[in-house]
Amino acid sequence: MEVYLDNSATTKVCPEAINAMTQMLSEQYGNPSSTHKKGIEAREALDTARKRVAGILSCTPEEIYFTTSGTAANNTAVFGTVEALRRRGNRIVTTSIEHPSILRCMQSLEAKGFEVVYLKPAANGSISAEELTNAVNRNTILVSIMAVNNEIGVINPVSLAAKAIKRTGSPALLHCDAVQAFGKLPLRPGKDGIDLMSVSAHKVHGPKGVGALYIRKGVQIKPYLLGGGQENGMFSGTENMPGIVGFGAACAAMPDLAKQLEKTTSLRNYSLEKLKRLPNVEINSAPDSLPYIINLSVPGIPSEVLINFLSQQEIYISAGSACKRGHRSEVLRAIGLSPARIDSAVRISFSRFSTDADAQALIDGIENAIRRFRR
Amino acid sequence: MKEIILIKNGELALKGLNRSSFEDMMIKNMRHRLSSLGAFRYEKSQSTITVIPEDENIDLDEAVSRLLKVFGIAALSRAAVCEKDIDVIRNTALEYLGEALSEVRTFKVEAKRADKKFPFTSPQICEEIGGWLLEHTPGLRVDVHNPDLTVTVEVREKSAFIRGNQLHGAGGMPVGSGGNACLLISGGIDSPVAGWMMAKRGVRLNAVHFASPPYTSELAEKKVHELLGKVSEYAGRIRLFTVSFTELQEAIRDYCPEEMFTITMRRFMMQIAGAIAIRENCGALITGESLGQVASQTLHALGCTDECAPLPVFRPCIGMDKNEIVEISRKIDTFEISIRPYEDCCTVFTPKHPRTRATVELARQAEYKIENREELIQRAIDSAVLKIIG
Repeated sequence: MEVYLDNSATTKVCPEAINAMTQMLSEQYGNPSSTHKKGIEAREALDTARKRVAGILSCTPEEIYFTTSGTAANNTAVFGTVEALRRRGNRIVTTSIEHPSILRCMQSLEAKGFEVVYLKPAANGSISAEELTNAVNRNTILVSIMAVNNEIGVINPVSLAAKAIKRTGSPALLHCDAVQAFGKLPLRPGKDGIDLMSVSAHKVHGPKGVGALYIRKGVQIKPYLLGGGQENGMFSGTENMPGIVGFGAACAAMPDLAKQLEKTTSLRNYSLEKLKRLPNVEINSAPDSLPYIINLSVPGIPSEVLINFLSQQEIYISAGSACKRGHRSEVLRAIGLSPARIDSAVRISFSRFSTDADAQALIDGIENAIRRFRR
Repeated sequence: MKEIILIKNGELALKGLNRSSFEDMMIKNMRHRLSSLGAFRYEKSQSTITVIPEDENIDLDEAVSRLLKVFGIAALSRAAVCEKDIDVIRNTALEYLGEALSEVRTFKVEAKRADKKFPFTSPQICEEIGGWLLEHTPGLRVDVHNPDLTVTVEVREKSAFIRGNQLHGAGGMPVGSGGNACLLISGGIDSPVAGWMMAKRGVRLNAVHFASPPYTSELAEKKVHELLGKVSEYAGRIRLFTVSFTELQEAIRDYCPEEMFTITMRRFMMQIAGAIAIRENCGALITGESLGQVASQTLHALGCTDECAPLPVFRPCIGMDKNEIVEISRKIDTFEISIRPYEDCCTVFTPKHPRTRATVELARQAEYKIENREELIQRAIDSAVLKIIG
């Protein structure tokens, strides 16, 4: 039995999405820009998908812009904001634990002379509300913070930044990389004062190669991809229709997020209880973190060895910190883990399809690994 | 226009009675490398081998780039083939090389007349063709000593060949002419280079890779497949044996003194690879070791591992600096693959302070700590899985 518990890396495409995509590939293959019937049909499918994604973010369809990935959404948000607001300030606030698709943009902006402030995670792994508030000043043009940390699942106080921006009267836009939170936590960017939000289809049982950027109505950023003017000029290029429609179908198939959160919390608690009984297993995720992610360490068994061992039994999890050798995760360091614990950290990530049986298989696998490797 | 490829073999021309069989070997290698592009005919004459595409649609650019990786070829050039008529030769030369000539400043024409009945002598051919090309290429000058482009016209029995500058071939000896040897390949930078260097001297490669799952990942094995894929563009087909090494490595960790981990591991590798090599009719082992690069590659350490090898061990990188090895690995396109960061068997259970001045006596003592070593070695040999690369 295959046990896939690496859902923060990517997820299996749900049947609803596969069906919708197959239909787009074989029948409704028109270009939504075409004015004939085939094109109109595709345009309608595009609109439906947009409505469905908007539904999950409690926003209007016009505020959803499809992109080719979470990375593309992040790049557009950062460069698009900076391009639009560069005359009004020079300061950008972000965190040191963002995804590379944010961090690399920031490095490139630093090289161009922007002042980038990297907030560091506090001892609970989250960005401190106080530091966040203090970092924003009148010269700030962009604040970009991830909703949920992808390594330990800790939730960041993103909406506090909206208040800080308002209070200082800065022109800053607030961007949130919500790729890990989307479809797991109820998100309301409009209500939370978030101007831009990136999401991705393949983390929520949709296909790879499609994401979306929420842009609050009235917010003006500059496109960085120029061309045929698709997606209201924000993201030129013929729409990836099968991907977009698959994304829409995956959103429509999502269960009630609050209920699902509850179910996942009990799956997490069940797993934690059993994991804690194993000798030497240490849990790195805090109890109030996103229940879809459990980060744990088995000191003495390097992450890579545990992953390879479980992989041989078709149990799939990932390293606790998606980092290269000799480069220890900043989040895991911030929450005060010892080097031995960081080097043995692994990440288990659930989806709505994860079952108690999956968790049990994993726990048995870890138990076997401990018997085999610990000395 | 009909085009062919002319091959000059280098060192081979110096060999005596073996020359013909070496040439046949090289043709066989070329055939293997070109077969997927279409049908070719091969003709031998003196020091030249002519490769003739049987079909005009064959991609000769790709054929040339593949032949540039065949060992034994000193130089090669593409040539246009035409009728043995001075007017036709003139026109063909202009059509074939006109564009190349317009991009250089100086040229000269050389003529070779194998057919002595051809009504023009070599100097006359040069004059005729050179004059024509000069007249039709604005800004071009003749320089007989140091031309940018040399146009060669060969008048043979059946037809005339016209060619421009030659390309340098890969050199060396045809693969197969130097017998079979077995490369120990880890996934690092050095071993693919070592394999390439020995293939250059005509050795047909077999390879042994030691995998220690779950300490090493499947990605490390995939990496070795890709590395050998690059080497096989030069070395031809490679037979790779992947040995399951986990048990032995765990035994080393459990029973041997830590400072001797690496040397003991390498001694076992030599024994296992040696046994496979002998079984597969190889006459030598090849490693990527470079003197003093790491603790297991000191003179003392090499002495300790050599003792276990049942065959001569070739270490072509032994006297090279890292940057020299890297330079070759970039040239043969293995560098970017080699630097992917997966654990390989050599980095599992690395001792903190390995012994650099080990003695054979110490190495034997360490190895003897593992009482069932013979059995474990045999099991490792039996575990080898064959995969054909290239």
